[in-house]
Amino acid sequence: MWKFIVRRLLITTPQIVLLSAIVFILAQLMPGDALTGLIDPTVKQERLEELRVQLGLDNPWYIQYRDWVAGIVQGDFGRSFIYKMDVTELIGQRIVNTIWLSVVSVFFIYAIGLPLGIISGRYNDRLIDQLITGYTYIGFATPIFIFGLIAVWIFGFVLGWFPTGGSVAPGLDPGTLEYYLSKIHHVLLPALSIALIGTVGTVQYLRSEIVDTKQRDFIITARAKGASESRVYNRHIFRNSILPIAAFFGYEIVNLINGTVLIEQIFSYPGMGNLFLESIVRRDTTVAITLVLISGIGAILGALLSDIILSMVDPRIRIK
Amino acid sequence: MSNTLLEIKNLKTSFRIGEEYYAAVDNVSLNVNKNEVLAIVGESGSGKSALAFSVMGLHNRAKIEGEIVFKGRNIANLPSKQMNKFRGNELAMIFQDPLTALNPLMEIGRQIDEALILHNKNMPKKKRKEYIIDLLEKVEIPRPKHVYNQFPHELSGGMRQRVIIAIAIANQPELLIADEPTTALDVTIQAQILDLMRELKDDLGSGVILITHDLGVVAEMADRVAVMYAGEIVEIADVETLFENPQHPYTRSLLSSIPLVDDAQDKLHVIHGIVPSLKNLPRQGCRFSARIPWIDESAHEENPELHEISPGHFVRCTCYKHFYFPEENKEEQNHDTAQS
Amino acid sequence: MTLLKVDDLKVHFPIRGGILNRKIDSIKAVDGVSFEIQPGETYGLVGESGSGKTTTGKAVMGLNKITGGEIYFKDELLNAGKKVNIRKDIQMIFQDPYSSLNPRKRVLDIIAEPLRNYEKLSKKEEKKKVQELLEKVGLSPESILKYPHEFSGGQRQRIGVARAIALKPKLIIMDEPVSALDVSVQAQVLNFMQDLQKELNLTYLFISHDLGVVKHMCDRIGIMYNGRYVEEGTKEEIFNDPQHIYTKRLVAAIPDINPQNRKENLEFREEVKNEFSNSFNNYFDEEGLAYQLKPVTDTHRVALPEKG
Repeated sequence: MWKFIVRRLLITTPQIVLLSAIVFILAQLMPGDALTGLIDPTVKQERLEELRVQLGLDNPWYIQYRDWVAGIVQGDFGRSFIYKMDVTELIGQRIVNTIWLSVVSVFFIYAIGLPLGIISGRYNDRLIDQLITGYTYIGFATPIFIFGLIAVWIFGFVLGWFPTGGSVAPGLDPGTLEYYLSKIHHVLLPALSIALIGTVGTVQYLRSEIVDTKQRDFIITARAKGASESRVYNRHIFRNSILPIAAFFGYEIVNLINGTVLIEQIFSYPGMGNLFLESIVRRDTTVAITLVLISGIGAILGALLSDIILSMVDPRIRIK
Repeated sequence: MSNTLLEIKNLKTSFRIGEEYYAAVDNVSLNVNKNEVLAIVGESGSGKSALAFSVMGLHNRAKIEGEIVFKGRNIANLPSKQMNKFRGNELAMIFQDPLTALNPLMEIGRQIDEALILHNKNMPKKKRKEYIIDLLEKVEIPRPKHVYNQFPHELSGGMRQRVIIAIAIANQPELLIADEPTTALDVTIQAQILDLMRELKDDLGSGVILITHDLGVVAEMADRVAVMYAGEIVEIADVETLFENPQHPYTRSLLSSIPLVDDAQDKLHVIHGIVPSLKNLPRQGCRFSARIPWIDESAHEENPELHEISPGHFVRCTCYKHFYFPEENKEEQNHDTAQS
Repeated sequence: MTLLKVDDLKVHFPIRGGILNRKIDSIKAVDGVSFEIQPGETYGLVGESGSGKTTTGKAVMGLNKITGGEIYFKDELLNAGKKVNIRKDIQMIFQDPYSSLNPRKRVLDIIAEPLRNYEKLSKKEEKKKVQELLEKVGLSPESILKYPHEFSGGQRQRIGVARAIALKPKLIIMDEPVSALDVSVQAQVLNFMQDLQKELNLTYLFISHDLGVVKHMCDRIGIMYNGRYVEEGTKEEIFNDPQHIYTKRLVAAIPDINPQNRKENLEFREEVKNEFSNSFNNYFDEEGLAYQLKPVTDTHRVALPEKG
């Protein structure tokens, strides 16, 4: 298993290097450069050239790439042109919010998905399964932003059960109980919106895994031993069906990163997704590039996590 | 009779296809005695596996009619809670494919242990482990202590089949049902597994139902043989009689269609037509009649029954009296066979 | 003239491992196998799973990369390059009639596939050819538009045969062609293949683990164990006078159809088993591999111990 994990880690490094190169090239291809957005349009052309030389923007691309990577390694992602602050600092606040939202969303995804998938798979083709499957079809068909908008309208504006924006009520001191309760209150609706739509894949996947496992030969062996129905399910079917779901965990995180972009916008939730859209609309290149890089690395690490989980839980990979 | 372990009376096992029920096992009666191997022979679609699954109560959605009397108690249609007391305990089963019959995510030891826990709740854990290691030794698995902690994928097919046998005999079953136990194995491994099963049977004094399509295995293992065709038993006899003096046209056809190692036949006999599917079973008359069309229709009974032609030797339908092989028009027959 | 000559064939599969997934060892699936097949004969290749018999067949067919050795077909070296015209003279029939036919293709397309690869026929000619082939294998010519699932196992195997003979091959490699079939269907297919052999003057390389079937079909037989030959001879030599302990064991393991011999068989098998374990080290080297074949008669070769 360790060999597998080490090998997998070794593959990850070139993946990240390649990703950074692609992101850098994309940034270079964008019209204008760091100065275009920064400078007063009335500034003279000569002054612009001077500034370019000063900032190293006239260097060949590989030098610029090297400087950029060197900066990143030291934690310097550049400066935001809009907020006039370091990208690191700007993202620092947001990233905590997004991770918080993601963790709560993942919790709900599994809290909803596992029981529904298990019920649906165990009682397949009965009424309860048809209801759950119906829900998953609706979930697949509904775009997350529409669902989010409806949720914010009904539960936020009409019923007023949940706040409609922000990540915490203003004026609370961090560390107090009220502060944390408020954080939970703010995250609940966006997280549930993500989870209710995001979980349908898990439900269907788990359902089909269970239906599949149910018909495997070793289940008959278990029954022939005299195992009760509940034992057959708990010891044999679920364990074997949940394995691929567990392995999917890392990819689920990748999906979330994409899901939060829209949801944060709808709920005016100050996270990375919100910032990302804003930075694109306002051409805050440094911020946009950094966010693409971070979510790309997140995706690579998510896939890595999935493989590591699989290697730990599946004896066929573990013992080699 | 006190020697009878299992008595099946008029068993009919039907499955629903669309709106209707179709019988995979039809009106089967037989009995198995203690310390006896009863082989059930037939080709795919004959209903032999459906019969075994009916006895074990392993069918999910089948309609079971008739009686399955095990040690004086009718276990047909028993609720699974009560059935679970028999299954894996007094009644055990060995399966065909050792590669898929074990849980891939569970250690060998734990899979055997499960059979013990379910029926020996009071046995302490340490005792169970010792017992399992003894059991692994008994089924001739080398390094049993090591194997105890291994996973199925680390063992060869032959070894896995031994584990499956160990699971089946864990609680010293009185009746052991083996469903094609050696079909998936190599010849030399097959010989070893059959030897092992024979020894265990003598050890435990269990009755064995051996389901197989391999007449060689039958000749090596069985005391008595039931031949099944299209859901029915067409012939039952003790093993010597069946091989020396087969009567039913199907038994005779089957025997002459296998390539023998001992004497070389020039041409193998080919049974005309194909095995009818569950939906296309003839509902009336001799079910084999369509496959011996050169035999006069009047040779068949309208409602064929099993006739005892000598003590313990039963044959269905009277057509056996009139049966002969149509050697002369073989070419034509060959051709027809493929067309149908 | 020898139709197929396999000379010192080696097929090794790499085992990869370590952190960089480098080749650290290899599985010697086939390790120094030589045999010849004459035109018109049926040559049996027998062994248990893992013996390398299927790998040998696939290597002849060109489906495996060859590590060493040569394969000659009608005196032409096969493994050198893509000799398309020779390749079409060798066809293969696979074990499982249920999975070797593409379920989404019609019978017409399945059988016409090799024709499309090698011959340029018009649609009409192609259809006519396929219908002829179907008739030859005893299936109704009207079934060209059907799909594989509409046929029984034996019929499917016939479709496989029709595809294999479409290009009028000289040699057909059959890998366990009847193992997945019921006994009565098996008889049908075996008889039919014998008839077809006479009619089209075919040569068969028949790969099987079932000695009963092999004895019925084959003229000469090679026995493989662990990637090497342990014995080769005519049918009579192998079954009546097996010399290598593995062959003896294999022959002894065949179930006897006569229940009255049960006890003798059991004792004989026990005897052979003991002989096998006692003399294993004489017959096999330290790695458990068989020695070089030595001729016993003109037709009989056995991998006897190096000394004594």
